Amino acid sequence: REREREREREREFIMIFTFSCNLKMQFMLLFSRQGKLRLQKWYVPLSDKEKKKITRELVQTVLARKPKMCSFLEWRDLKIVYKRYASLYFCCAIEDQDNELITLEIIHRYVELLDKYFGSVCELDIIFNFEKAYFILDEFLLGGEAQETSKKNVLKAIEQADLLQEVSNHILWQCSKNLSDLLGNHIATPQ
Amino acid sequence: MTPSVRLQEMIRVIRSARTQGEERGIIQKECADIRAQFRQGDNGERSHSLAKLLYVHMLGYPAHFGQMECVRLIASPRYSEKRIGYLGAMMLLDEKQDASLLITNSIKNDLSHSSQYVQSLALCTLACMGSAEMCRDLAPEIERLLRASNSYIKKKATLCAVHIIRKVPELAELFTPSARSLLSEKNHGVLHGAVVLITELCEHNPDTLDQFRKAVPELVQIMKGLVTSSYSPEHNVAGISDPFLQVRILRLLRILGHNNDTASDAMNDLLAQVATNTDSSKTAGSAVLYETVLTIMDINSESGLRVLAVNILGRFLLNNDRNIRKKNTLFSTYCTLLFLLYAPPSGFYCSRALELSLALVSAVNIRSMMKELLIFLSTCPPELRSQTTSGIFNAAERYSPSKRWHIDTILHVLTTAGGDVRDETVPNLIQLITTASELHCYTVHKLYRALVKDISQQPLVQVACWCIGEYGDLLLKGECEEIEPVQVTEDDVLDALETVLQSHMSSPATRGFALTATMKLSTRITDNVDRIRSIVSIYGSCIDLELQQRAVEYNALFKKYDHMRAAVLERMPVMDKNSPGHTNGDTSGENKEPDPSKPKPVEAGLLSEPASQVCDLLDLLGGTDTPLQPNPAPTSTPTTTSSADLLDLLGGLEPTPVLTETMRVYEKNGLSLEIQCDKQTETEVMVTLIGSNSTQNDITNFNLQAAVPKSVQLQMKAPSGNVIPAHGLGQVTQTVVLNNPNKVSLKIRIRVSYSNQGAMHQDTVQIDSFPSPACQPSISPL
Repeated sequence: REREREREREREFIMIFTFSCNLKMQFMLLFSRQGKLRLQKWYVPLSDKEKKKITRELVQTVLARKPKMCSFLEWRDLKIVYKRYASLYFCCAIEDQDNELITLEIIHRYVELLDKYFGSVCELDIIFNFEKAYFILDEFLLGGEAQETSKKNVLKAIEQADLLQEVSNHILWQCSKNLSDLLGNHIATPQ
Repeated sequence: MTPSVRLQEMIRVIRSARTQGEERGIIQKECADIRAQFRQGDNGERSHSLAKLLYVHMLGYPAHFGQMECVRLIASPRYSEKRIGYLGAMMLLDEKQDASLLITNSIKNDLSHSSQYVQSLALCTLACMGSAEMCRDLAPEIERLLRASNSYIKKKATLCAVHIIRKVPELAELFTPSARSLLSEKNHGVLHGAVVLITELCEHNPDTLDQFRKAVPELVQIMKGLVTSSYSPEHNVAGISDPFLQVRILRLLRILGHNNDTASDAMNDLLAQVATNTDSSKTAGSAVLYETVLTIMDINSESGLRVLAVNILGRFLLNNDRNIRKKNTLFSTYCTLLFLLYAPPSGFYCSRALELSLALVSAVNIRSMMKELLIFLSTCPPELRSQTTSGIFNAAERYSPSKRWHIDTILHVLTTAGGDVRDETVPNLIQLITTASELHCYTVHKLYRALVKDISQQPLVQVACWCIGEYGDLLLKGECEEIEPVQVTEDDVLDALETVLQSHMSSPATRGFALTATMKLSTRITDNVDRIRSIVSIYGSCIDLELQQRAVEYNALFKKYDHMRAAVLERMPVMDKNSPGHTNGDTSGENKEPDPSKPKPVEAGLLSEPASQVCDLLDLLGGTDTPLQPNPAPTSTPTTTSSADLLDLLGGLEPTPVLTETMRVYEKNGLSLEIQCDKQTETEVMVTLIGSNSTQNDITNFNLQAAVPKSVQLQMKAPSGNVIPAHGLGQVTQTVVLNNPNKVSLKIRIRVSYSNQGAMHQDTVQIDSFPSPACQPSISPL
């Protein structure tokens, strides 16, 4: 039928963008306007040397972009999605051709999480509490994919984990008991 | 033993170093301390030391000696130590290193830990850096967690499984059974992970893909639920319910529907619903719409749906947000070319694709696009030919890489679709040819050959005649660099022109061209002037009045004014481009002087319509700043402005010098207005007005007007928006450029109008003094 013939003809061209639906995020970098690295999360195995080289080159490339340019660029064989929030650049590298727009949303979500957690976050917060920035990221993304799409749930989980950390810091004796059980009847012992 | 400094203290100290050398010294000392700490064994300080080491590592210093400490800390029963240990492992270890294997056992244990937060650490680390070996080892554990755990763990286990499959594809079978049942989960996190997992499974194995096709109705249901659900604050992003999940589902549907009629049919309605109901004014909506379009294109969708997709693409292209435009340009280029070439010969579908293609043309892709457009021209439905030819001419005019390419393109169009070009094509082409003086020889040769082949296409014939008349001498010379030489005799040329004159296919206008050309040749050829004389005299009694008049005049030129003939018929000077609509049509064939008093290219007339949007496309290609329209419309959304505020600027701690100060100039009813000044040049100042809202309600219809002293010139740029969110969550900024050539004292009066809670407000504020010395007219240094 005509519809079939039509589709036959189109199929050739569609091969251009048939699926590599693999929206794998390879890494995320946060850096300042002076090019200082504030966070680096790698989801692919690379040597330290390779990571440094990539970071250096990419940071240079992104910093050279003019403010009016769009947030997407092609770099090596990757798609880079970046956005600047005040003095920090948030930069993601994704493998796939399609839908950088949702990656922009992921970046924005991460910034919102940081903002909620730190209360009007600024670059200094991320510098002095970098490990917390990582913890938050790890509650939001897992293996480069979004694991939780509810802001509330991510923040709740972080809160709980932080509480657990505080408690465990107060417990001096070593044992392999269930830590969360102890929450009910722990005794805060001065150090 | 010096007491160890806390992490934040250390960071402060490092940052206070004034030179690289000083920093290195501090770092060395700290690392020595850290090493000592590690050696001491468990003293409650290990996690702090590791944290310090991780900071040092981020600065770029070596931190290998911390790897074993990570392994030890991961094995600790204390959560705080595990947490930093796992983080350290993810930062310092990777699968290429042997030390990473050492943590496999710890991970295994922690996967069954009674605290879900410990389990979470293990899952996260495995998904981030698990090697193939570790994955093989731990896959059964992950599979168990996938089936039987709470949703917090399930969602993480699912993504862990994805990582495992990517590393060890054979293990996909292990996860296939449980994957399907995950779709019935209500938790969005689990659902999202499930969709990602199923996508991964389908990509690895076509059989699995067949299996999961049965899940299409379920996926459609879930998607419908998201699209039609009432507002859910937990998942809502700019009016879209969980765009992350929506995008993933659409992507999976794409894979499942590809090449499969049943599956495609099952999702047709849903796709139409999403396509029509999704609001694309913000990025979230656009992301979903974009994914929808991709899916529509890739499955066996009905043509109605495809038309919808093309429409959406069109909307994207006209969208103000450059991210959305850029994203779609590349993809859309392929897409619309596709439609263009294979579109069914029915009007709307085709013409939409044509419009899109024309909008997509840019300096970057002009050559390839033009190739396709020319092919299209030869096969397109007749009602679209005229539109296509003018589109092609416009595109060629704006973006042609070279004059020769331009001329070739126009010639191609004239030979293919000469009957469908607009009237001013002929004078425009002639004008173009005159300006390309180095190509006269090439052009006249090409045109002559085209003429000899076919004299039915009137515009082509007209241009050819004109050129032969003007450049006949070059034609007769025979040599031309860019084209194979063919010997053309004077008789050949005159034969050609006479054929045109006598042919019934030639319109009266064309005959006019031919006659004049013949006349002009009388000064360019040597042997056959008599022949010309006789031709001209014959037409002195032609029935056509116009032709007769010309012939009589030319006769007179031969007889009474022969001494002037050479001067009258000499080569024409280069013509300036006149505004469109100027009737060059009849006169270009005659010896009238071109009007040099007409102003230089009236580009504005050509550029303003239809493509003010196409102007914006130019922005993408590398920062050519298009001047803003006199009536700017607000561009980006309030969301974007509020996000910029999420990270405050720090004063004093960063080394950047403070160039501008912000001064509050107005504060009333919760609305405050601040200005910031930036001196651009000696006379130019850029003032940024920032409006903030501390009330409980959003301020809407926010509008600023400005007035300045007489000698100062004012240019207001588009505001960032006209809604100021409540509670100081966002701001509206508007830039005003002031040019103060007389260096008078700068004053500006601002009228602000807005709506708040339904009431209209209007107020005026006058600013007599500006915040920074940059704005003062005096030039004395500070």
